[in-house]
Amino acid sequence: MSILDSKIPAGNISDKWTDYKDHLKLVAPNNRPKIDIIVVGTGLAGASAAASLGEMGYNVKAFCFQDSPRRAHSIAAQGGINAAKNYQNDGDSVYRLFYDTIKGGDYRAREANVHRLAEVSSSIIDQCVAQGVPFAREYGGLLDNRSFGGTQVQRTFYAAGQTGQQLLLGAYSALSRQIGLGRVKMYNRHEMLELVKVDGKARGIIARNLVTGELERHSAHAVVLASGGYGNVYFLSTNAMGSNVTAAWKAHKQGALFANPCYVQIHPTCVPVHGTNQAKLTLMSESLRNSGRIWVPKKKEDAEAIRSGKLKPTELKEEERDYYLERKYPAFGNLVPRDVASRAAKEVCDEGRGIEANDTNEGVYLDFSTEIKNKGKQAAYAAGDHNPSEEKIITLGKKWLEEKYGNLFQMYQKITDENPYETPMKIYPAVHYTMGGVWVDYNLQSSIPGCFVTGEANFSDHGANRLGASALMQGLADGYFVLPYTISNYLADEIRTGKISTESSEFEVAENNVKSQIDKFLSNNGTKSVDYFHKKLGLIMWNKVGMGRNAQGLQEAINEIDQLKKDFYIDVYVPGSNDELNPQLEKALRVADLIDLGQLMAMDALQRKESCGGHFREEYQDAEGETLRDDENFSFVGAWEYKGDDIKQEQLHKEELKYEFIKIAARNYK
Amino acid sequence: MAAKTINITLKIWRQKNCNSKGNMETYTLNDVSTASSFLEMLDQLNEQLINDKKEPVAFDHDCREGICGMCSLYINGRAHGPDNGVTTCQLHMRMFEDGATIYVEPWRSAAFPVVKDLVVDRSAFDRIQQAGGFVSVNTSGRTMDANAIPIPKEDADKAFEAAACIGCGACVATCKNGSAMLFVGAKVSQYALLPQGKVEATQRALNMVRQMDDEGFGNCTNTGACEIECPKGISLDNIARLNREFLKASLVSNK
Amino acid sequence: MSKSVLLKSSLAKKYWMAATGLFLCLFLVGHLLGNLQLITHTGESGRRAFNEYAYFMAHNPFIKVMSWMTYISILFHIIDGILLTVENKKARPIGYAHAAGTKSSTWSSRNMALLGSLILVFIVMHGAHFWYKAKVKHDMLLHKVTVQSPNGPAELYVTTAGSYLPVQGVKVKNHTEFFEPSVDIKLGEGYKDLHSVVIAFFSGKETNGVPGNENALFAVIFYVIAMVVLAFHLMHGFASAFQSLGARHPKYTDTIKNVGNGFAILIPLLFAIIPVIIWKLYN
Ligand SMILES: Cc1cc2nc3c(=O)[nH]c(=O)nc-3n(C[C@H](O)[C@H](O)[C@H](O)COP(=O)(O)OP(=O)(O)OC[C@H]3O[C@@H](n4cnc5c(N)ncnc54)[C@H](O)[C@@H]3O)c2cc1C
Ligand code: HEM
Ligand code: SF4
Ligand code: FES
Repeated sequence: MSILDSKIPAGNISDKWTDYKDHLKLVAPNNRPKIDIIVVGTGLAGASAAASLGEMGYNVKAFCFQDSPRRAHSIAAQGGINAAKNYQNDGDSVYRLFYDTIKGGDYRAREANVHRLAEVSSSIIDQCVAQGVPFAREYGGLLDNRSFGGTQVQRTFYAAGQTGQQLLLGAYSALSRQIGLGRVKMYNRHEMLELVKVDGKARGIIARNLVTGELERHSAHAVVLASGGYGNVYFLSTNAMGSNVTAAWKAHKQGALFANPCYVQIHPTCVPVHGTNQAKLTLMSESLRNSGRIWVPKKKEDAEAIRSGKLKPTELKEEERDYYLERKYPAFGNLVPRDVASRAAKEVCDEGRGIEANDTNEGVYLDFSTEIKNKGKQAAYAAGDHNPSEEKIITLGKKWLEEKYGNLFQMYQKITDENPYETPMKIYPAVHYTMGGVWVDYNLQSSIPGCFVTGEANFSDHGANRLGASALMQGLADGYFVLPYTISNYLADEIRTGKISTESSEFEVAENNVKSQIDKFLSNNGTKSVDYFHKKLGLIMWNKVGMGRNAQGLQEAINEIDQLKKDFYIDVYVPGSNDELNPQLEKALRVADLIDLGQLMAMDALQRKESCGGHFREEYQDAEGETLRDDENFSFVGAWEYKGDDIKQEQLHKEELKYEFIKIAARNYK
Repeated sequence: MAAKTINITLKIWRQKNCNSKGNMETYTLNDVSTASSFLEMLDQLNEQLINDKKEPVAFDHDCREGICGMCSLYINGRAHGPDNGVTTCQLHMRMFEDGATIYVEPWRSAAFPVVKDLVVDRSAFDRIQQAGGFVSVNTSGRTMDANAIPIPKEDADKAFEAAACIGCGACVATCKNGSAMLFVGAKVSQYALLPQGKVEATQRALNMVRQMDDEGFGNCTNTGACEIECPKGISLDNIARLNREFLKASLVSNK
Repeated sequence: MSKSVLLKSSLAKKYWMAATGLFLCLFLVGHLLGNLQLITHTGESGRRAFNEYAYFMAHNPFIKVMSWMTYISILFHIIDGILLTVENKKARPIGYAHAAGTKSSTWSSRNMALLGSLILVFIVMHGAHFWYKAKVKHDMLLHKVTVQSPNGPAELYVTTAGSYLPVQGVKVKNHTEFFEPSVDIKLGEGYKDLHSVVIAFFSGKETNGVPGNENALFAVIFYVIAMVVLAFHLMHGFASAFQSLGARHPKYTDTIKNVGNGFAILIPLLFAIIPVIIWKLYN
């Protein structure tokens, strides 16, 4: 057997978690204060875990690199959070959410984990409401739901376009309460730069105080990493500027396997790139696809004319437009899952029909004019006018749009200076979420004992593609309802351990490692900024490990990154000193890890000779250009083991995915 | 509409750390695309400084889409700059003329000491939250069903609008008194409007206001500047509600 | 109590500011109604009415309580205002190099302390002009009239009982009381001739024995300016007080604002036209 033991309990899928949980070991309340737990990250996954563990009575230390735990990237999630509540009586159930998630993930996720996620989803909503999270409600006072991202039920709970914010502020409030009570000690503006192992177990971290530059040793009986995703390996993504892989990568270097790094979600509706100075991409909520129709001109010439400003999109006749999603996927139309929509956009732009006048001409239209007419007419009828004028219809329709998406439209206008009520929005796919991450077993424990990984940082629940509104669900499920049980099971054996000393040689070595890396950067005296290398990395990744991948490109990427890594260490210039707030140094440390990771992603993508979910290998597609999975040979989790500085030496381990309760089928959205 | 480029002069506050004195420095930056955001412009400046082997300007930012509340900056005399209803990261350079001189300063408040350059320490907000900005409910998986208590849509909407605060501190920066009433008012309001928050309303109002006072924020003169500069449009209604909640609390409590 | 949040918290300071401010607004209304008699009635009857009113104000127990509350309010308002202003200055030790935007708040709201201080200057001066003379220095003449008697003009004191006493025939004790000069019997009480003091002050003309104010025009201008200052203070203060006390609702907030603006303009305006009219009448 491989070293990957997922520790999935036996039994029927719907009883597994309950049975398992009932038999886990516990730590008695009087013993909990003797146990220290480090939580790295205060996003949904981290804040919920830290708060819950604090409530339970453990001694918790929580870390984030922002100036406040409330700023973790989870704050930016817009659309919503799924839960199998069936409040809308449309036949939803735990099983359906489970099934949709597995199918959405293109049959590359672990059944038992996903089922558990679906089971606890309902409690998440209860918990959040009890905390005072102001979800959207109906006039009757009950919670409202919307449908989201390719599902046939309305199970998404939301708070306008700011669901992540409201959920995170809920978790932050719970965390704040524990900080106020002294049960959690919060370290803002601290970045974990090393995981410390003692006798094979995770026993602490080295963190840099970002304000003073001081390296601090923190010990604990267990370390939880909830450090988010690594989309920024592409430089441009919808992730926050600070999002990075460092915490997870340090664990990887200490022996934690890194699973499915090549699974990346590219979100179809983002504002296209405007220029070379662009620092990040902005997501336009997926909910817009409920009302907008996506198109590009049928003819290349028209696309050219539009790009050069000679033709306005509104001047192009209906027959001249290609509503390509409606054409290719009549059943789901504009609402096909994200990976499908993104790939289709790339395809039409590759054909030269993109409409954005930027370096790459990449962009497609999201057009609301049909919806304006439909809704305007409905509104007029509803108001008793059965013969409304064209003008009235348009006015009413725009009003409807404004009520529904006003803030998004405004945000779009601020960014692009174009009025989306009058002219179609321009959108293009952008990197959004990373399904891969640190490999964890059913207990959310990595292959390093005592090192637990939750939220986007782990790999566990979304397979090769994540469904909309499921990341928030997973983060909170992990932190509130899974980790507190499973970590206690581990800690039950630690009650006699006593305080972990930070004076041991292991801490010494770890600190020195970090120190020498910092010194190296600061004394490097190269000629190019960190961003220069980060952008280069991003370009390689986007072009060769992006939406469409092939063996040749991936091999090239691996080699190019090899070279980039060399250049980076020779020629990077990091200004300033260590003993101060030094954002460039922070960036350099992060980019160093992203470079390594990028290479591993390319290797993983090369290894996976099939197309599934967000991973599209051009060699493996059917006659109509759809993903072609190879269940026979690739129904496994690819988990990589670090083998030293040369990433190319990493060794692949496979965790077989067994589908006992769901029948594998082709994913079809036609 | 089409992006053009402009040349600008920047006057930026530089300060090594909280113990040193700072001063305004002047920089010129050419070929700034009007389609870039203000922070992308600063990225460009930093790139230029780094290439000249000079120390780049430190500023706070993360999400760059107006939601994390990490970016700040007092630009040409206004918190988050000359546009309305946006954060600095959402401010675009098309708001500025070619040849413009732009002043960039950190938030100024005794409660927000400067950490470096344009970066300030806003942990006072965290401590206010820790003093009472929560509902005391433990994680259990056994709380009552989310639909057990219907909440009038109007209240839920108002609570949401209050909860939309991103904790950026622009209200404090803008207020001539450096008052944090809009921030605290928003948080107290969110809970005061929901049945879940009512149980602890008295303690919450008292404790959060006490912490606010201890942090050294100024008092509210009701100038209303905070509401206008708040990127999230948090309403003065929330300050009035805080005034009511605290009045109620101070009359019924024995503190 | 001294540690109570009702005294030491920032919000409570504002409650007191608002409560005292609003009480002072009430005071302004009362004060104005009385003062208006300076111009609504003319001649001797006006003088009589005004001095009667002043007497009433000084002796009615309810009004006495109110005036004590006014003194206390002013004192509290001032002390509280100074405390708040000092704290507010401390909250921003380093100012902005580029001056704060002026579009986001009204000038009044940003300058309440300045406006308040100017009002304080005015209150002190105003007190010195009238209140101090009447209540502390007691050098105000008593209301007397000259009648044509068969023996030529005769000077008579007007008493609070509505009767007259010959000036020559009485002795004045305790500033206002008339006594039989030989036996110590109180005959009645007189009115302080505040009216004439006011008229002489603003008209510059000798009035019923009160010498004219040489700087009358200057006084008129000073009072008018003071009322402009008050107007600005109230323009923000009136509505602000309701906000401080938490009284805000879409249903009535606009009304409060409008009433506040009306109040802030009307009251000072009416106060201000009194000296102007007096000056005009006599010059
Ligand atoms: C624009 C956008 C919209 C989205 N919308 C949705 C949606 O509608 N529904 C949905 O379900 N999902 C959505 N997602 C995905 C979802 O928001 C994220 O997957 C999820 O919030 C991740 O949460 P997390 O707690 O794992 O990590 P994060 O929220 O990213 O938190 C990471 C934390 O780790 C800390 N950290 C990281 N590294 C270190 C280090 N080295 N040392 C110390 N601290 C560290 C950070 O400070 C931070 O506190 C969206 C994502 C984006 C980008
Ligand atoms: C007739 C005289 C006065 C009236 C009617 C009056 C009325 C008011 C009112 C209604 C307010 C609003 C209170 C609030 O915002 O809650 C106010 C505020 C204020 N007043 Fe006065 N006031 C008078 C005199 C003074 C004086 C003499 C001072 C001198 C120091 C003063 C200083 C202030 C200050 C500083 C404020 C603002 C307090 C703050 O909000 O920070 N006022 N006044
Ligand atoms: S109230 Fe507005 S300005 Fe103040 S912190 Fe919140 S979002 Fe920022
Ligand atoms: S960077 Fe997040 S709000 Fe501006």
